[in-house]
Amino acid sequence: MNYHWNWGIYLEQIKGGEETYLSWLMTGLGWTVSVSLCSWVIALFLGFLIGTLRTAPTRWGARLCTAYVELFRNIPLLVQMFLWFFVVPELLPRNLSLWVKQEMPAKEFVTATVCLGLFTSARIAEQVRAGIQSLPRGQSHAGLAMGFTLPQTYRYVLLPMAFRIILPPLTSEFMNIFKNSSVAFAIGVLELTFQARQMQEDSEQGIETYLAVTLLYFICAYSANRGMSWLEKRTRIPGYIAAEK
Amino acid sequence: MKSCYRPLLCLLAVSLAANPVFAEELNGTLKKVKESGSITMGIRESSYPLSYLDDKQQPIGYHIDVCNKIVAAVKEKLQLAALKVQHQPVTSQNRIPLVSNGTVDLECGSTTNNEARQKQVSFVDTTFVTNVRMAVKKNSGIKGLDQLDGKPVATTSGTTSVQLMRGHEKGKKINFKEVYGKDHADSFLLLETDRAVAFVMDDNLLAGLIATSKNPKDYEVVGEVLNVEPIAVMVRKDDPQFKKLADDAVKGMMKSGELQKLYTKWFMSPIPPKNISMNFPMSEKLKELIKNPSDAPAEAYNKKQ
Repeated sequence: MNYHWNWGIYLEQIKGGEETYLSWLMTGLGWTVSVSLCSWVIALFLGFLIGTLRTAPTRWGARLCTAYVELFRNIPLLVQMFLWFFVVPELLPRNLSLWVKQEMPAKEFVTATVCLGLFTSARIAEQVRAGIQSLPRGQSHAGLAMGFTLPQTYRYVLLPMAFRIILPPLTSEFMNIFKNSSVAFAIGVLELTFQARQMQEDSEQGIETYLAVTLLYFICAYSANRGMSWLEKRTRIPGYIAAEK
Repeated sequence: MKSCYRPLLCLLAVSLAANPVFAEELNGTLKKVKESGSITMGIRESSYPLSYLDDKQQPIGYHIDVCNKIVAAVKEKLQLAALKVQHQPVTSQNRIPLVSNGTVDLECGSTTNNEARQKQVSFVDTTFVTNVRMAVKKNSGIKGLDQLDGKPVATTSGTTSVQLMRGHEKGKKINFKEVYGKDHADSFLLLETDRAVAFVMDDNLLAGLIATSKNPKDYEVVGEVLNVEPIAVMVRKDDPQFKKLADDAVKGMMKSGELQKLYTKWFMSPIPPKNISMNFPMSEKLKELIKNPSDAPAEAYNKKQ
């Protein structure tokens, strides 16, 4: 293959500017991490809320939550991004719509974060539900028999155990959120994939560009993995699921 | 002795026909084409009107016609009875790797010839010149870039226009709110739905997007030229034999007036799929290049004063 290699490209200045390509990639990394962590907060909060409600005895609440999960699970992430970015503002009143489209600060970031957060929350909700349902029924009966109210039973008995059970799939979800954040480039968030496309266009060193980006995504996802693994060890209770050693 | 002549002559004639004598030995792309009996054209799916697919999914366009001429020249030079032409759709992300690694022999799209790319590939003589300008809605009253301070301005990510806009901001100390579409259709949607008040891009692409939009009369291309970019057919680097053949084919078309005719066909007359004319007269720069063909990169056109 007739390829002109240039491993020094990262430190070269971009055309017509003072920044280096490395600084572009670092800006991209910054946005990737911000979008991912902010959506993770949304996803955890909503995911636990909805997953819990799906197991609660209130029938209509559980149905509503099932609908929520199915809605966000069954539409591709990229399509959801476009729906939030292009369609939802059109449904607002004219003035508010124009404000959202033109004036709203960091609108791409907000849209991407909300979209990715809701998408992931549906997946987490399913895991939380599965975690709670995997507990023996006697656990909630015992809690209620102790005089706990239903919310207290969830708070002190069911959720702490369910959380420990679902930590491994949550780890995957946390890693996924970094990888899924790459879709945000489609609505113009200046994250890693966006900067990669820009750098490859500007420098014409496509292989070097995508190798660096691959490495950065790997570092993100792997750090998430290590962090969660640490959390798993920290929250381990002797005598409860696989707590030997 | 006389009877010996004829078979010998026949043999000579046959051997001449089977092994045409070339003035030079074949190498690179021409050798590959000769051996495989096929040549691969890289085509774009929606670069109006340079290279795009018609309603039967066949590649058509100004650069497709130019490339067909080059292919005809290759066929003639190699004295091939048949030359199979394959079409490989390419994108702006993969077109250069696909040319360098040999998948595509001749990229007939809308590629800007610039210095960074010349490190990886070569370009045939420039056959089209685009100016980077902006499309706006007519009723916005915007006429120049200076009116865009603090306003959202769209462009397509992964294009040279992104850097041009940033550079212009620094030079003029004005501040756009940049918004990015992932492709030209998305960027145009940003303008159409008022997410951006202007869309900065190659003027021929803007004219094409406007011509195919819902209400072409609502938009116009305005403002100063941010950059002049020579667009050309792309070939592999370090293959002077093939490049010269392609250059000569293009020069021939320029001299005979055929290129001008193709220009009129694609830029000044109704074209598929909507039978709308781009109405895009030939620029002075391209007229100049037809008189003096050149494969100089964009940087040569935009020297800092």
